Amino acid sequence: MQRQVALIKQSLFDQGYLDEQFMELEELQDDANPNFVEEVSTLYFKDSARLINNIDQALERGSFDFNRLDSYMHQFKGSSTSIGANKVKAECTKFREYCRAGNAEGCLRTFQQLKKEHSTLRKKLEHYFQLARQAGPKETARRPK
Amino acid sequence: MVYISPNQSSICFHIIISFSSHYSSKSSNFITKHCLILRSKYFNSMAEVLLPRKMDITNDPSKFGSPDLLHVLAVDDSHVDRKFIERLLRVSSCKVTVVDSATRALQYLGLDVEEKPLGFEDLKVNLIMTDYSMPGMTGYELLKKIKESSAFREVPVVIMSSENILPRIDRCLEEGAEDFLLKPVKLSDVRRLRDSLMKVEDLSFTKSTQKRELETENAYSFDSPVQSQPKRAKI
Repeated sequence: MQRQVALIKQSLFDQGYLDEQFMELEELQDDANPNFVEEVSTLYFKDSARLINNIDQALERGSFDFNRLDSYMHQFKGSSTSIGANKVKAECTKFREYCRAGNAEGCLRTFQQLKKEHSTLRKKLEHYFQLARQAGPKETARRPK
Repeated sequence: MVYISPNQSSICFHIIISFSSHYSSKSSNFITKHCLILRSKYFNSMAEVLLPRKMDITNDPSKFGSPDLLHVLAVDDSHVDRKFIERLLRVSSCKVTVVDSATRALQYLGLDVEEKPLGFEDLKVNLIMTDYSMPGMTGYELLKKIKESSAFREVPVVIMSSENILPRIDRCLEEGAEDFLLKPVKLSDVRRLRDSLMKVEDLSFTKSTQKRELETENAYSFDSPVQSQPKRAKI
């Protein structure tokens, strides 16, 4: 069970879903705070769901207020960076570049991709945390090889 | 103690700035960050030399030098980042107060009103860490307000930002920021800050015990109750 958890985590890193920031978060976990990473993750997905909603609404309205969109995306990128959500972060960067270029079509396209990555990561992390909880607290604190 | 004259310091400062500018223009993130680390280390050592310290006399002087007493006020509009920085600080044995905006930070410090309200004399904040980009008042504006205040201008203020924008960094440091940290902030950053602050506190503690030996009666009344913080809403 524990080996399975370790393998899943390793693959998340290998496939670029997570970066070293996730490991930094794990370093902050201890026996007194064994679920810290999961708590941060939950917070992240709650926050980012709200941002996605805001951006969706802004895009649906058809009015491309690039400044506002960029501002939302700045927040999104910030929290994605803090949790180590590597692929999501990359899409945020792309989106912001399109904002700055005033490229509405690029924004729309990138946003679809971003939502996909976000959703994939959410599922993978939920699965990972579930297994980790079943396997026992020690496993989550260990760095992948 | 060595006093570094402002002229000498600005030369060093500018050498390091141009170095990091050169590398950042070549998109070398590692080197840019390294230069920033150099700059911030430089400023840390300056802080040890130049930063005066207000005395905080506790009822248990032996505890004064202990890490538990460093009280950090963290300001960030991002919920995720607040949780993260709070954890970083707790793991580093700091007492933490977290607020979600610069306005709330000013309220907490009692700086939102003209006259300092009662109960704020006991408030001891050793370090303020603030995000730069926040809606409403930015971290930079908060920094300015703190440096303008008589009560808190000596408290070191660290700016955090996800964006490596050199003019921004310069502006903050020139306005008196202790340090500028690139997000995501690392545990090593926090420890480094804490350690340099503890050194300054220790030096001040030594001076204060010497001073107290000379003055048996003074403005700090030892019979007064423990410096308890007035209760404030924790955001």
